[in-house]
Amino acid sequence: MKKITKQTYLKWYEDMLFWRKFEDKLAQVYINQKVRGFLHLYNGQEAVLAGSLHAMDLTKDKMITAYRNHPQPIGMGVDPKRVMAELYGKGTGTSQGLGGSMHIFSKEHRFYGGHGIVGGQIPLGAGLAFADKYKGNDAVTLTFMGDGATRQGSLHETFNLAMLWKLPVVFCVENNGYAMGTSVARTANHTEIWKLGLGYEMPCRPVDGMKPEVVAKEMDEAITRARKGEGPTFLEIRTYRYRGHSMSDAQHYRTKEEVAKMQEQDPISYVLHNIYENKWATEKEIEAIDNKVKEMVSECEKFAEDSPYPEKNVMYDTVYEQEDYPFLPHKL
Amino acid sequence: MKTIQFREAVCEAMTEEMRRDESIYLMGEEVAEYNGAYKASKGMLDEFGAKRVIDTPISELGFAGIAVGSAMNGNRPIVEFMTFNFSLVGIDQIINNAAKIRQMSGGQFNCPIVFRGPTASAGQLAATHSQAFESWYANCPGLKVVVPSNPADAKGLLKSAIRDDDPVIFMESEQMYGDKGEVPEGEYLIPLGVAEIKREGKDVTIVSFGKIIKEAYAAAETLAKEGIECEIIDLRTVRPMDHKSILNSVKKTNRLVILEEAWPFGNVATEITYQVQSQAFDYLDAPIIKLNTADTPAPYSPVLLEEWLPNQNDVVKAVKKVLYKE
Repeated sequence: MKKITKQTYLKWYEDMLFWRKFEDKLAQVYINQKVRGFLHLYNGQEAVLAGSLHAMDLTKDKMITAYRNHPQPIGMGVDPKRVMAELYGKGTGTSQGLGGSMHIFSKEHRFYGGHGIVGGQIPLGAGLAFADKYKGNDAVTLTFMGDGATRQGSLHETFNLAMLWKLPVVFCVENNGYAMGTSVARTANHTEIWKLGLGYEMPCRPVDGMKPEVVAKEMDEAITRARKGEGPTFLEIRTYRYRGHSMSDAQHYRTKEEVAKMQEQDPISYVLHNIYENKWATEKEIEAIDNKVKEMVSECEKFAEDSPYPEKNVMYDTVYEQEDYPFLPHKL
Repeated sequence: MKTIQFREAVCEAMTEEMRRDESIYLMGEEVAEYNGAYKASKGMLDEFGAKRVIDTPISELGFAGIAVGSAMNGNRPIVEFMTFNFSLVGIDQIINNAAKIRQMSGGQFNCPIVFRGPTASAGQLAATHSQAFESWYANCPGLKVVVPSNPADAKGLLKSAIRDDDPVIFMESEQMYGDKGEVPEGEYLIPLGVAEIKREGKDVTIVSFGKIIKEAYAAAETLAKEGIECEIIDLRTVRPMDHKSILNSVKKTNRLVILEEAWPFGNVATEITYQVQSQAFDYLDAPIIKLNTADTPAPYSPVLLEEWLPNQNDVVKAVKKVLYKE
């Protein structure tokens, strides 16, 4: 793994702050109905992504996740303007406006979605790894999921197969405490999700998901194991989401005090604190980053606003590879 | 009569039936402490307790199958899917077990169970969250499929579905839960398998069901101003289908437009078309027109979604076409 340096922390600060502000902007424009459908925001979970990206080889490794999926492609290298445009349903979006919030994809940057059915992406992640092993590629797939997904059968079948075939995959639960309104404790007879790996003899452990360097270290170990051909790892990365499950969630299942208490361990504040403690940047330099982030978010919004909607044929042209597929008519 | 929301009608139906019969329970994601993802079970945990109003983890295959097993052993479960899109994760238990157990066991076991939840599109939710599986479930012998379009029907039909001794797929809509409508005071049941004429007319028959029927109502208003009287039949139950009501109306109007929010290939409208041409061929004065969604997964973008869904203008055009008034 690349060494974690002053530059790493400064990058983490800028990236994580940008993801946070990007999501805040989406919440704002959602209220104005610029963005519609379901909107699931990543606020609070940024250290998981920051740490994971640091451990990955971004020239070849892959990532797949569920529907809380806006910062991940940006972290993998996708132009954030195109992610914002996708949420606006514009033709310049990552899926030309076909996917929306829950379905961001970038083949170019090896981000494989963006999946709306809970647990549906878990076998896909193992399948991406299967193909890499099959072709002899030296690449690893990070397969993310929420805590709710661990109760789906897809996880258990995939774990068994991934261990049986020693696939180069890291299964990562972003345990943010709640599957929509259901706490982890209310979904199973146990709360230590990482222990699910034990039944498959899969290396597994809990990870503090509020500190990017901790995530990076654990992820590096798991990625290295996978790259060496020793098979999958299961990490339960403990984090917290500050916002509701989606924009329509009144959050009666938790108290404001609980959210406030969790925000005391805010991962962005933590990174900033480390930067100041080590005197890696002055307040003025941090202010410059803050302003840059603000500017970048504004650019995304402007790009999305100004972009045209997709042409109607795009809805058809993207369904099949076959160019002259005979679609049935649906209206006169 | 009283005026209540669709979600309240669903809640009243379940609540009244659960008071009447101890063997009924409600199970699903967020049905208890959250009061339902769309608040269709509001207050039910408080009244019936955690034994009978049961939150599940996100495990559709598991809880669908557990409910089927319990139905084979004396329970009468109501299973809520947060949406029928998620029912696909558990569909094996519905198709291979719930629908087949009675026949396969030579009639020894029955499966009195209701699988309910919202179906079809609900705004810009994109491909995996906008699907209408009425025709999928209706294709399967052993199941009954009910799709109400207003609060009064929802309540009366859901009570009948819960009392039915066979498995019933009961499909609602996120976009209907807030709809208000008049509902009779006191207990009433609406039998499964009986369509209703929602608007009488002599010029053309429009058959529809579920929330998309509202586009037919709007079109009928527009057309009435031009002197065209539409008869609108709400199927209410897709399987078994009330062919008699459709045929009687077509024999009167001689023209048929079918409006269904579903992909066009082999859907409910296709089945109606077959039945009408085979039993009322000589009564038809124009080819039947069916209006559906585009033959593609649902797109997210608002401009594409508008094109994808059939709407009232499409109904107006179709009616004029079968009347040769283009």
